[in-house]
Amino acid sequence: MRLINRHPGRLSVVILGLIPFALLILLYGIASQQRLAENPSDKLLPGLEKMTAAVERMAFQENRRSGDYLMLVDTTASLERLGIGVGIAALMALIVGILNGTLPLFRASMAPLVSAASMVPPLAILPILFIVFGLGELSKVMLIVIGTAPVMMRDVAQRVREIPQEQFIKIQTLGANSWQVIIRMVLPQVMPRLIDAMRLSLGPAWLFLIAAEAIAATEGLGYRIFLVRRYLAMDVILPYVIWITILAIIIDQCLRLTNRKLFPWYNAGGN
Amino acid sequence: MSFITVKNLWKEYGDQVVLENLNLDVKKGEFCTLVGASGCGKSTFLKMLLGQEQPSRGVLDLEGEPFPAQPDRNRGIVFQRYSVFPHLSVRENVLLGLELEQKPLLGKLFGKARQEALKQVDAMLEAVGLSGAATKWPHELSGGMQQRLAIAQSFLMRPRVLLLDEPFGALDPGIRNDMHQLLLRLWKETGTTIFMVTHDLHEGFRLGTRLLVFDKVRRDPHDPQAFGATITYDLPIGKTDSDLLDAIETNVNKTARNQAA
Repeated sequence: MRLINRHPGRLSVVILGLIPFALLILLYGIASQQRLAENPSDKLLPGLEKMTAAVERMAFQENRRSGDYLMLVDTTASLERLGIGVGIAALMALIVGILNGTLPLFRASMAPLVSAASMVPPLAILPILFIVFGLGELSKVMLIVIGTAPVMMRDVAQRVREIPQEQFIKIQTLGANSWQVIIRMVLPQVMPRLIDAMRLSLGPAWLFLIAAEAIAATEGLGYRIFLVRRYLAMDVILPYVIWITILAIIIDQCLRLTNRKLFPWYNAGGN
Repeated sequence: MSFITVKNLWKEYGDQVVLENLNLDVKKGEFCTLVGASGCGKSTFLKMLLGQEQPSRGVLDLEGEPFPAQPDRNRGIVFQRYSVFPHLSVRENVLLGLELEQKPLLGKLFGKARQEALKQVDAMLEAVGLSGAATKWPHELSGGMQQRLAIAQSFLMRPRVLLLDEPFGALDPGIRNDMHQLLLRLWKETGTTIFMVTHDLHEGFRLGTRLLVFDKVRRDPHDPQAFGATITYDLPIGKTDSDLLDAIETNVNKTARNQAA
């Protein structure tokens, strides 16, 4: 049988998916063991015991100086910034995107600005944010907002314009005014698409979050990674990276399930 | 005074003439079928009746007043596709019109008012044979059922003119027949004035009260767009002999070939 026609069964899909992960872990294990055999105090590729000890220390023991559980403090600080930033960006995207997609007059004046804004490299204006908003929470949240909102605005506007023209006409023949067209047709049809846009924006949002934390913060996942880098503390950095990845996956899946639950028509082929 | 008056109506896009010198009087309650080759302006004429397109020149009046320049409550529409809202259940789709009418700000009915409105909705769903599917999503319906839904949606709002743009073009022949019966029944019950564009000449020859054939009188073999189409036949349905229908079919097919060449 030709390769393009050979499909894996249900079990083999799982196994095939797990193999690369297993290989990576195995490869790391071998490399780590070799280095540790040569030099037991090697820091670059710490073994499993060292990493679990680090996690134990960071996550499950009070910090000797501050009395906090550092990983918890870092996680809540980072998630708060991420949540507020992406939340504000999504709200802005919803409002501007819908107006841009629905009202030609609004689009004529706003679309060029949104397009231009989405081309500005957000990290290039990070210094400006620090200067204008100070080194506090606001500048980090603003970076996430500025970095993700314009792209989401364009995405939402595009989704609005993908609604068939027939539907715009149909709802007018049922007597809708512009406002009713927006709240009864455009908004509900665009909501699940906004959630999809948020899922896509989470990647960049994490990037901006960690960049901002690396430069100016007193707690946060990105802050911690860049702090312990000075001591080559790979035993902390690696678990933190894995933890961030797990958080990202959980958030993504939560959004996906929310979409499915709230908008059954959307995922079942209703568009 | 006639219900709909069309006088010396032209529609052009730049050099391209789509419709030339259209003249027509339609009485209230007539059921006109519009047939003709593709590109002969039947859909353009429908869009002008709808308010989606404006005439280049000429008169297009509804009871002595020019047609409003945008779609509104006066005119209902059923397209070939995309006429129903995918994010609303069957019942909500039909309810929507009443909600928009009664609640300008929220566009949504609650409590007792909603129950009242739903009685009307359910009666309408019963009439089009969708009672069993009331809680389904549109994507769970077959093509024919989606069109029933679109028709129910429009009829409930009692438009003065109902426009149908190849509403059954994507349906199986058997289903199409059922839809004809449904449409004729609703038309007789409500007395709505109907314009239906169809690709299917035989559908046009049978359905309704009046057949309007859109065709090009002049054809330039080197430049198909040079001349526009007009109404070449305006016949009462059911009283026409089959020779004439054959002649119409031959003409329409000739134009179609010329358009495609």
